[in-house]
Amino acid sequence: MAWIGTLPFFAYTLLFLFLPAATVLLGAFKDVHGGWTTSNVTVLVQQPYRLYYKTSIEVSLVTAVLGGIFGLAVAYAAIRDGSPRWIRSMLTTFSGVAANFGGIPLAFAFIATLGTIGIVTQFLKNQLGIDLYGNGTWSLFSTSGVEIVYLYFQLPLMILVIAPAIDGLKREWREAASNLGASSWQYWRHVGLPVLTPSLLGGVILLFGNAFAAYATAYSLGYQNLIPIAIGNYYSGNVLDNPHLAQAMALGMFVVLAVMMTLYIPLQRRAQRWAK
Amino acid sequence: MRPRRGIAPSAVVWLLLGAAYFFVPLVATLIFSLRKNQTGKCCTLASYGWVLHNGDFWHTLKLSLVLALETIVISLVLFVPTIYLVHLKVPKLRPVIAFMALIPFVIPPIVLVVGLLDFYKGSPSWFYDKPQGFLVAAYVILAFPYMFFSLDAGFRAIDVHTLTEASQSLGASWPTTLIKVILPNIRVAALAGSFLALAIVLGEFTIANLAQFHTFPIFLQYVNETQAYPAAAVTLMSFALTWAAMLGLLIVGRGRGRASLITGGR
Amino acid sequence: MAYLELQTLYRHFGEVKALDGVEVQLEQGEFLSLLGPSGCGKTTALRLVAGFDRPDSGRIVVDGKDVTHTSPSKRDMGMVFQAYSLFPNMTAGQNVEFGLRIRGKHRSDRHQRVGELLELVGLGNAGTRYPHQLSGGMQQRVALARALAIEPRVLLLDEPLSALDAKVRVQLREEIRRIQLELGITTLYVTHDQEEALSISDHVAVMYGGRIEQMGSPAEMYSAPATPFVAEFIGTMNRLEATVVDGDGGAVEHGGVRLSVDAARGRARGDRVLVLVRPETVELAPSNGDAPANALVGDVITQTFLGPVTRLKIAGSGVDLIADVPTAKAATLPVGTRVAATLPSEGARLLDLTDGKIPEIAEEPGPAGR
Repeated sequence: MAWIGTLPFFAYTLLFLFLPAATVLLGAFKDVHGGWTTSNVTVLVQQPYRLYYKTSIEVSLVTAVLGGIFGLAVAYAAIRDGSPRWIRSMLTTFSGVAANFGGIPLAFAFIATLGTIGIVTQFLKNQLGIDLYGNGTWSLFSTSGVEIVYLYFQLPLMILVIAPAIDGLKREWREAASNLGASSWQYWRHVGLPVLTPSLLGGVILLFGNAFAAYATAYSLGYQNLIPIAIGNYYSGNVLDNPHLAQAMALGMFVVLAVMMTLYIPLQRRAQRWAK
Repeated sequence: MRPRRGIAPSAVVWLLLGAAYFFVPLVATLIFSLRKNQTGKCCTLASYGWVLHNGDFWHTLKLSLVLALETIVISLVLFVPTIYLVHLKVPKLRPVIAFMALIPFVIPPIVLVVGLLDFYKGSPSWFYDKPQGFLVAAYVILAFPYMFFSLDAGFRAIDVHTLTEASQSLGASWPTTLIKVILPNIRVAALAGSFLALAIVLGEFTIANLAQFHTFPIFLQYVNETQAYPAAAVTLMSFALTWAAMLGLLIVGRGRGRASLITGGR
Repeated sequence: MAYLELQTLYRHFGEVKALDGVEVQLEQGEFLSLLGPSGCGKTTALRLVAGFDRPDSGRIVVDGKDVTHTSPSKRDMGMVFQAYSLFPNMTAGQNVEFGLRIRGKHRSDRHQRVGELLELVGLGNAGTRYPHQLSGGMQQRVALARALAIEPRVLLLDEPLSALDAKVRVQLREEIRRIQLELGITTLYVTHDQEEALSISDHVAVMYGGRIEQMGSPAEMYSAPATPFVAEFIGTMNRLEATVVDGDGGAVEHGGVRLSVDAARGRARGDRVLVLVRPETVELAPSNGDAPANALVGDVITQTFLGPVTRLKIAGSGVDLIADVPTAKAATLPVGTRVAATLPSEGARLLDLTDGKIPEIAEEPGPAGR
């Protein structure tokens, strides 16, 4: 009978998470007249939706993989033998701040850095003769520009995720491997990387989901080709001719994220098991 | 593997690169914020002055802080007894709730807000049209995973059964046990979750934007769109706020292992 | 010539002297235990031999070759760590195989050797299990097999049994010794458990404060401890502060009683000494208050059942003794009995009490009490 005490919690999540979510997911299959249809969903494979999905997935994938690689490199640099302890705690602190410094302020910070009159843009142009905007092809507001900005909160997130896993690499393994004749590279190949792989993959998946769902940063940069932005446009513009289309796009997001989650959970479990 | 005394050169390179990537945008923003409006050259504090004298700045900041506080209070009131009960009496529910804590990652803010706007369209105005109603309701959901992981870790670190039984054997009632015995022992976990919630609410843009409420991040975006140099100033101030929240988290969680995932309004 | 030599090894960490001039010479095939409390330097010494650390000065020589500056992966030594050293992503068999893979042995050779070694350590069927599926004792057996697979010149063990249950410990230590004798491999073993060290080693070196207090055979270390620390650390010992009263015949005075102690011969009258007597050599007989020659009189104040023997604590004025008697006899001397405790004149040892203080066994390294 004690479980009755948990009812307020379940009631709350029902009212403010599950029912609204169900509205969206089911609404994707409704048409404007109140009947059921799959047309909203099937139209998603056409343009411009295909472009939105493709771009969203591409941006998420690129920032997840790059964030994963660089995050691992920086985290390892801070934690490995020989690095002073204070570097590690500083890294964790700054990563905590940077992972949370997203959205609107981050977008502007990069505009001030790499925008058309950004500090770094001007520095490169005036001091080194490199004109970032000269070619007309690159811009902070292009896909690669958005990726550079996204990396700012992706990288620290990876650091926060992978640092405990690197800690979990027991020193005894390294020493035992060396004692048995293995070189540094052999240790990493046979023991270190295999043990880290579940956490690495889990981190990359987490980063993917993080980027995929992001809205505010791209909004502030004025970048249009992402699913969340498209959904937002539907609601904040006056383009409410078929709200179910926006819901279908949201359903598409949910599907992608759900797939990610089913990959993530077993990886987490494996990572924890080896951490013992 | 030679015994290593002193930092590896490759480590230095990576750390410097990381530090550069972290600091350069902040420095650039700082330089921007000190530029004179007319000439575009250094150096003045006029932009900061503009921000601090701007009524909207204080108004929206206050609103966001109030929303954060409400979110934290409602979250604690809702989650602490629930998690306590689960740990104490119904451990089978724990994996259920832990799984539910992953749902907000699958239903991100952009999807959630769409659902909320639709589902509550006909609801009373005191809820639907007020940030303290609609936004806080949503923010509690956003904070839920972080609150749960923090509180759950806190409860796991103490021996809930022994504490409760000891308290009851000494004659305390349930509310007394909860407030006088349990709460002080999970104080750190609760504070950690609260600071995370604070950071989330102060940075949350998506829901506020689509629901058309004027919170602090909405103000930030408005400044971004209209005034270049003051935008830099307010960006840095926002960054300082994030810092303060994280510092609070650090001070509170000092000396304890935290595997916290920290993300905010993106 | 010694097979494994540690030549005046010094290692300090900041202010702390972890190793303060350690010298060891070990013949091939011998088993030496480094025994001592936490912080005495035994693990530091082992890690220097393994190559995970460099001495500040001194040399490590194996089979005539100086390996002090050789990388650990090239020293050809097998090491068994205290815990957690098995690679979690590999099965037991793959763990054992690892060193052979690195050395490029053929698959069939590797498999055969792995099979042999797993049999040797008694884990013939466990080759396909992962470390997290094995008990602590089984994991250490795999760790041993893995270290032996590469046919190392020296076997190093760093408190391999400390993390295991008592019964498993006893069983496993005997197996380690059996395997070591069978393979004839020179072995350096670190432990803080003196019973462990005494039962399986050829030689025992007791360490304290970064120095070797005494090194010798287990029997020597037990019956003839050279310093108060060693006497206290190995087994249980009665320590009686006394003054020499007869340097010719050999007698001391303790608590007002004259005791005949052969070891006092040759000492000057008036010397302050520490008389060391093992509890099992103390003879007890009921007393009606008279003090027979060479005996201390007191009352039995506690009895502690230890299985085959029972430990009796005897106390009186100026008397504080422990005596181990066969359990059957202990029944005849219940608590409260007045007894006369006779100390064997030839069995007691004598040590100098220079500053009048008996050293306590501290946990932190410090200068050996002399």
